Amino acid sequence: MKRFIALLGLILFFSSSLAQGTLVLARAADTTGLDPHTQTAFASFRLLELIYEPLVTLDGDLNIVPALAESWSFNDDSTVLTMNLRQGVTFHDGSPFTSADVKASFERILNEETGAASRANFTSIESIDTPDDYTAVFNLNTPDVPLLAAMASVGAAIVSDEFIAGGEDFAAKAIGTGPFILDQWTPEEVTTLRANTDWWGEGPYVDGIEMRVIPDETSIVAALRAGQIDFALLNDPIAATLLIGDSSVQLNQVPALAYHVLQLNASREPMDKLEVRQAISCAIDRQEVLDTASLGYGEVTGPLTIPAFKVPNDELFCYSKDVDKAKELLAQAGYADGLSLKAIVASAEPPTALSEAQSIQAQLAEVGIDLEIESLELSVYIDRWLAADFDTAVALNGGRPDPYTMYVRYFTKDGNLLKVSNYVDDTLDSLMAEGRAESDPAQRLEIFTQFQKHLTEMSPWVWLYHDFEYTAQQPYVSGFVPNPTDSLYSLSQVKLEGKE
Amino acid sequence: MFAYLVRRILSFIPTLLGVSLLVFVAIRLVPGDAITATLGTEAGMLTDVQRQALERYYGLDKPGWQQYFVWLGEALKGNLGFSIRHGKAVISLILERFPLTLELALFAMVIALVIGIPIGLLSAIKQNSIFDILGRFIALAGLAMPNFLVGTLIIFALSVYFRILPNAGDYTDFATNPLKNLQQLFFPAFTLGFAFSASVMRMTRSSMLEVLNEDYVRTARSKGLANRRIINKHALRNALIPVITLIGVEMGYLLGGAFIVEQIFALPGLGRLTINAVSQREYALVQGASLFIALNIVVVNLLVDLLYATLDPRISYDDSN
Repeated sequence: MKRFIALLGLILFFSSSLAQGTLVLARAADTTGLDPHTQTAFASFRLLELIYEPLVTLDGDLNIVPALAESWSFNDDSTVLTMNLRQGVTFHDGSPFTSADVKASFERILNEETGAASRANFTSIESIDTPDDYTAVFNLNTPDVPLLAAMASVGAAIVSDEFIAGGEDFAAKAIGTGPFILDQWTPEEVTTLRANTDWWGEGPYVDGIEMRVIPDETSIVAALRAGQIDFALLNDPIAATLLIGDSSVQLNQVPALAYHVLQLNASREPMDKLEVRQAISCAIDRQEVLDTASLGYGEVTGPLTIPAFKVPNDELFCYSKDVDKAKELLAQAGYADGLSLKAIVASAEPPTALSEAQSIQAQLAEVGIDLEIESLELSVYIDRWLAADFDTAVALNGGRPDPYTMYVRYFTKDGNLLKVSNYVDDTLDSLMAEGRAESDPAQRLEIFTQFQKHLTEMSPWVWLYHDFEYTAQQPYVSGFVPNPTDSLYSLSQVKLEGKE
Repeated sequence: MFAYLVRRILSFIPTLLGVSLLVFVAIRLVPGDAITATLGTEAGMLTDVQRQALERYYGLDKPGWQQYFVWLGEALKGNLGFSIRHGKAVISLILERFPLTLELALFAMVIALVIGIPIGLLSAIKQNSIFDILGRFIALAGLAMPNFLVGTLIIFALSVYFRILPNAGDYTDFATNPLKNLQQLFFPAFTLGFAFSASVMRMTRSSMLEVLNEDYVRTARSKGLANRRIINKHALRNALIPVITLIGVEMGYLLGGAFIVEQIFALPGLGRLTINAVSQREYALVQGASLFIALNIVVVNLLVDLLYATLDPRISYDDSN
């Protein structure tokens, strides 16, 4: 009995209760900076998308839906995009949102001095007209349908033109139009947000959000189980799937847009030979990589992970493992006795990278390819990757809601990252150009289906699988809609009913 | 004594200069910079003009040697630079994080000594008894189990079986809420202290055994002194000198921040600050923090040397001797 009381005392001593009405959220990685236009880290987006808003956004099915623009239209040849802006919206400092802010924001992104990596998505914008306070007209130098989807990102958030003109430091102050207002950001510790009661939408229904950094994901899972946080972002599938079967916590999963891929460097021997690349593609059972590295939590995928543009796997080149064919292709290329390659892998990004590489290594050994794995610290990996200093690279590349925006950087003749992919041909380049100008959804699907079939047959890369974006929450949290882009924007709709 | 102190303190200068230069060169030899650390693979999307603009922003546009002398000049004036990411001066970031690191180190040390010294003494006095064997086994386990394992096991046990987790990313300092602060630091301190208690226990045991075989202990025994009095009065004090050396070394390490434990238990200490600065390539913060850590280590070493003189009258730093 004494022991029982002591234990009870211990439990009481170590438990603590949460403030009512504030959503306590935990994640492992913190924001790297507050300027929405220069941030590229997903961890930064997760905070900034609650503070800043773009003109349009994506719903849970990746449809483009209104945000600061209420409606929009392209002209017939997709060279003029007219946006009708929402009225009565104010920034967090009380100043009104108008078309001048839209113009100034896009000009800031396009100004090279800003250093916005997303600038490449908006170079078709020739000029922006503001006929009145609530209309913005984008004049384009080329037909650009994917522009709209590219705008649905924090990277294209609307900031105040007075701020830009006043030379305000966007790295120090975050003034947006979004559902939450930044109170304080203490890097690597905690970020506090309070509800924007003047927000144009319905909600928010919580008083605020306390976003904590708990660097170790198993500790985040522990905090959920202990009831000390309301909501969690989880990256590591191994940590997230610990929660499967735990009835006290709700795990949300949604297919991710990001994809795991084995990039082959076609500018290097012997990958400059089509047969060698195809042999590698045929030698790999993608499901086995998924099962080994991510315990099967994911789906084998072709190049496009956007649900509306998926091609059934059996229509793609060598999506079922064929060792004989692989050996035959190697023999044709003059490598009947096998060959040796190296693979660069970032040590913990994604957490599954090394296991993926090991599974690929074992499978390639079956066809006589000896793969040596080089495990590198993330920054070192990124340096080598950007310099295309690798034979092959195991990568987790981010997806985009539009197929054109997703691959323009890699597989077009003037793609910014062509120096990394090192592969392009006329077919890919012309299909991409067609897809950019086409506005009819059925036609676009046809174009990008051809694109994917051709791409997998040329095998510059071996697409493996996509996993799930995981969030987890206490059962009393309602209203959150998981999004394939991992966006937290719908936290504006979250309620905490019945929280003790 | 005073002359000795001055000599020692002057000897800090080349050490600290050496550390700062070494860290300066090392962090720049590692591939990647603040731009790639922030942008990741998106850095490849930058145009040349964009890249140059960012280099100016992060102060990377000057040659390396020039950056070092600018830094050194400012450091001598007491300005360790500014962290763009944190939006704060490096020195204030370090001073904000240091109290937690110091408290954790002291707490861990107390736990290590409370566990290690009594077990070590008993093991030595009752050599080869069941108690001794058990004590040595625990010590070996403490040495063999890495921090991340002990820490993760503790968290797992607490959350799965007791549904509690002392620190869910809401660290509270001692001044704000002492009780909560101690709750949050107990398990991390135990994780660190448990591993260190093993070293303390082994050192206490072997040094006690050595002392118990000394002539003066035999003399004391032959005079018919009680065993308890021999141990308390004659043996213990001498046996603890090597333990103090051990504490000094360990304290130096702990004051540099216990990165793994801080990571697992989500504590915002000096270790996490430094490691994150390295991975974000925040050069000024890495420089400042490593200088501060080096300073801690030399100061702790000095304190340990001074403590010897108090414990062992044969050691003296007076120039007259």
